[in-house]
Amino acid sequence: MTDDQLIDWTWVGENLDLIGEQLAEHLVLTGVALAFGAAISAGLALLIYRRRWLNAPIVQVTGVLYTIPSLALFAFLVPFTGLSLATAEIGLVSYTLLILIRNIIAGLDSVPADVREAADGMGFSAWGRLWAVELPLALPVIVAGLRVATVTTIGLVTVTALIGQGGLGQLMMTGLLRPGIFETMIYVGAILSVALAVLADVSLLAVQRALTPWTRARS
Amino acid sequence: MQDAAGAVVAFEHVTKRYGGPDAPPAVTDLTLTVPAGEICVLVGPSGCGKTTSMKMVNRLIEPTSGRITIGGEDVMSLPAVELRRRIGYVIQQVGLFPHLTIGENVGVVPRLLRWTPERIRARTDELLELTGLEPAEYRDRYPSELSGGERQRVGVARALAADPPVMLMDEPFGAVDPIRRDRLQNEFLRLQQVVRKTVIFVTHDVDEAIKMADRIAILQRGGILAQYDTPAAILADPASEFVERFVGADRGLKRLSLARVRDLEVIEPVIIHAGEDRSAVRRRLDGVAELDYALLVDADDRPLGWIDGHDLAGDGLIDPSAATPGAPTVQPETTLRDALSAMLSSSVQLGVVVDASDRVIGLVSVDAIGDSLRMHAVVERDS
Repeated sequence: MTDDQLIDWTWVGENLDLIGEQLAEHLVLTGVALAFGAAISAGLALLIYRRRWLNAPIVQVTGVLYTIPSLALFAFLVPFTGLSLATAEIGLVSYTLLILIRNIIAGLDSVPADVREAADGMGFSAWGRLWAVELPLALPVIVAGLRVATVTTIGLVTVTALIGQGGLGQLMMTGLLRPGIFETMIYVGAILSVALAVLADVSLLAVQRALTPWTRARS
Repeated sequence: MQDAAGAVVAFEHVTKRYGGPDAPPAVTDLTLTVPAGEICVLVGPSGCGKTTSMKMVNRLIEPTSGRITIGGEDVMSLPAVELRRRIGYVIQQVGLFPHLTIGENVGVVPRLLRWTPERIRARTDELLELTGLEPAEYRDRYPSELSGGERQRVGVARALAADPPVMLMDEPFGAVDPIRRDRLQNEFLRLQQVVRKTVIFVTHDVDEAIKMADRIAILQRGGILAQYDTPAAILADPASEFVERFVGADRGLKRLSLARVRDLEVIEPVIIHAGEDRSAVRRRLDGVAELDYALLVDADDRPLGWIDGHDLAGDGLIDPSAATPGAPTVQPETTLRDALSAMLSSSVQLGVVVDASDRVIGLVSVDAIGDSLRMHAVVERDS
């Protein structure tokens, strides 16, 4: 390796398998966190939708979770769940909740009152109205929240390297801990992590636009 | 498909209280019967319970006591959701579903009723046509691509989709400007000639009530029925001081709303097209004593403006740019009051009567309206 090169391409060429593995692990950690986060948020948001008074307590609790520094949260969890995937996911999921719940509620609240009244007057049931009218109209705001949660989670996954998980974070930490610091591993991990975040963000935006053709129709 | 005719809607001692038994009622012991196929307008000042009364028919609001029947059947005998699918509902802000196309919006209730896609499609096209929206042009567009008036027509089409015997309309034309409101009202009256629904129509505008109603229910604060009768009877004989004040001091003028342009004798206009010879038009205009103006129309017979007879001196061709634009147009269903108001605000005091496609049918003059008023006055004195 020469000193004027940021990335040792020979190492990269020889370790594609390792890089691929960590990338896959990063994707799995992110995907699982978002899937659980979205499911829990949807459930809690629907509770709030039906029982409005739950809004303040739920948002406060998830807000507190959101403010705990990630390192502290993982350190706190280790005595209970060990250096495990569960520890990583509990932390990651808890950081998605505030963003997702707030956006689902904001999305549902953005449905115009006249549209709701018309839906009731037409004879939609409460669930029918939610499913066929309110959720589609809330979709842009919900997806906006999902994008923020996704980008945040992809970044946070690297931190879980500290408890033995971490996907691309593992690459970065290994590079950091090697004698003399092996920058290539840090760069590869960081660049791929950023690329993954950008790609996920753009893909979600594309999906949202495909699902909401009416938002682009204007006279 | 043959549309089902309206059904009788009856309020029987209906009272609505918000809050406990001591709270003042929003609607007090309301009893009235709307005959099948008629338009009943609920009108009154704000807080008179007119919207509350209407919403109790489809149970968006539930009465505290009393009962409401449709075709003899108690509205409480069905689940609310099923009841509402059988009642058309039109609101002021229209409330089209922004994420559905126009066709899908119209097909909402048929879809809730699980009609087959082919049947929904056929019905949707039929209704778009009936409300004056070319299906091929509008079916696949989104509400945001339509004007306010077009959206309101879609709202009416959507309410009619499952062929309900009863329609509820909550200030349906309240959010459009006066000229478009007149047109939408006329369109709805023409439509009602075809569909013959029982319509409960809420407005705060007495003039709209007089124009649209077969019967008017005037409500006062607390939802107390002050008078329930035909527009002519209410104007001729207000039941109380409240009604008299609510209807307004200009009752005489309001009676102009009872007659329509179609009741007047129309004058044959001198119609000209761009590029006609001036001297020929002048001769035609000179042949009609009561007209000083010729009416310039486009290739589809739609009015463009007036050409003053004095500007027709000399030879050559008609110059379209010399026309005075802004000939007020009225429709056969326009009330004389609205027609008079339109004509008085224009420099040439003639109204151009046009059909639904804006083609010229004839002219009406301020004098003709005056004559019709005098005739009514004579008839009334003698009766």
